[in-house]
Amino acid sequence: MDINLTIIGQSIAFAIFVWFCHRYVWPLFANILDERKRTIADGLEAAAQAELKLESANRESEQQLDEAKTSAAGIIDQANRRATQIIDEAKQQAQVEAERVMTAAQAEIEQEANRAREELRAQVSVIAIAGAEKILGREVDQAANEEMLSQLAGEL
Amino acid sequence: MAEAGAESQTVQEYIVHHLSYLTYGRFPDGHWGFAHTPEEAAEMGFMAIHVDTMGWSIALGAAFLLWFRWIGLRASADNPGPIQNFVESIFEFVDGRVAESFTHKNSLIAPLALTVFVWVLLMNTMDLVPVDWITGIAALIGEHVFGFDHMPFKIVPTTDPNITMGLSLSIFAMIIWYSIKHKGLGGFLGELAFHPFGKWMLPFNLMIEVPTLLAKPISLGLRLFGNLYAGELLFLLIAGLLGLYQLPAHFVWAVFHLLVVPLQAFVFMMLTVVYLSAAHEAAH
Repeated sequence: MDINLTIIGQSIAFAIFVWFCHRYVWPLFANILDERKRTIADGLEAAAQAELKLESANRESEQQLDEAKTSAAGIIDQANRRATQIIDEAKQQAQVEAERVMTAAQAEIEQEANRAREELRAQVSVIAIAGAEKILGREVDQAANEEMLSQLAGEL
Repeated sequence: MAEAGAESQTVQEYIVHHLSYLTYGRFPDGHWGFAHTPEEAAEMGFMAIHVDTMGWSIALGAAFLLWFRWIGLRASADNPGPIQNFVESIFEFVDGRVAESFTHKNSLIAPLALTVFVWVLLMNTMDLVPVDWITGIAALIGEHVFGFDHMPFKIVPTTDPNITMGLSLSIFAMIIWYSIKHKGLGGFLGELAFHPFGKWMLPFNLMIEVPTLLAKPISLGLRLFGNLYAGELLFLLIAGLLGLYQLPAHFVWAVFHLLVVPLQAFVFMMLTVVYLSAAHEAAH
């Protein structure tokens, strides 16, 4: 075995190569692998969080839907009640109005009848006098019979 | 043996040529230059450098790191391309093994493991390049351009013990550094002296623990060298001895070697991590 300076040269080359690898080669790949590990871990975490978020969003939307349903039912109920109430009120008002109109009409009829009666009364005395004049053949003293005539008219 | 000049070589010369290194060093007379024969290379002793294996080692390591950095700079976390996925799978493989075996806090260990694994894997993979392709072309260039007779050009760095021991001794230095850092000098020496049988058996403890410690870098470096050297040698024997019938044999051995190449790189990385992990453990 011829051992010579080559062994020293190889040792120096070895030292330089190890230094170079440690300084300029190893960190490049170590960083890349670290970065990839981090990216994957981040991705998985983000996915897990997204799932959680989705779940809570689903829950919230369900809750909101429930609330909306409840409030819609309430509104419909209220509207129904209000409609019934309005109809009732309208009926009541119509009845009141009808009664009022009827009362007014009756009063008018009565008034009309009274007036006709009054007119008739007034004319009865004239007719009676005219009739009596015909019968007696002479003029009846209106003033003298006034009392008797109005009594007669009042009896009608 | 497909290239020119092979006819004039014996099988032995062929194999020796392929197992020699392109050596640049100091001749006995003091001047520096390339060794033209194995004898000249042997005379240089320690003051020499294997230009071929050293060059391939540095080229492969630099290519791996620059390529990884190039991919890393263009990489995106959200939209990785196929090449980025490939590099990331290697990264995660090494990171996972380190996380399993190394439980202490030291940001240097994982990059160290990645460097060791990919670098050794690439150096081992050079063993699967047919033995004469690059070596043959280099020999031709050496012959015609630089005037070599048979220029050796080894392309598998991990078949050079200098390369594997250079790695394992560097790791051994780190083992000692981290042992002393985490256990203290006393703790480290105490582990060697008092560990299995208590202080009254101190010489016996040292006899057990010191070889155990020294065996770590030696076994680490020699295991890798031995496996790859044996693989290379068998490829050379097939190429040198079987003539035209070598192709199926090459194929079978290459398939088997496909298992050895990544396995040895993995074993080297895992032992590095385990040894360094033990070095970080505080004394009991």
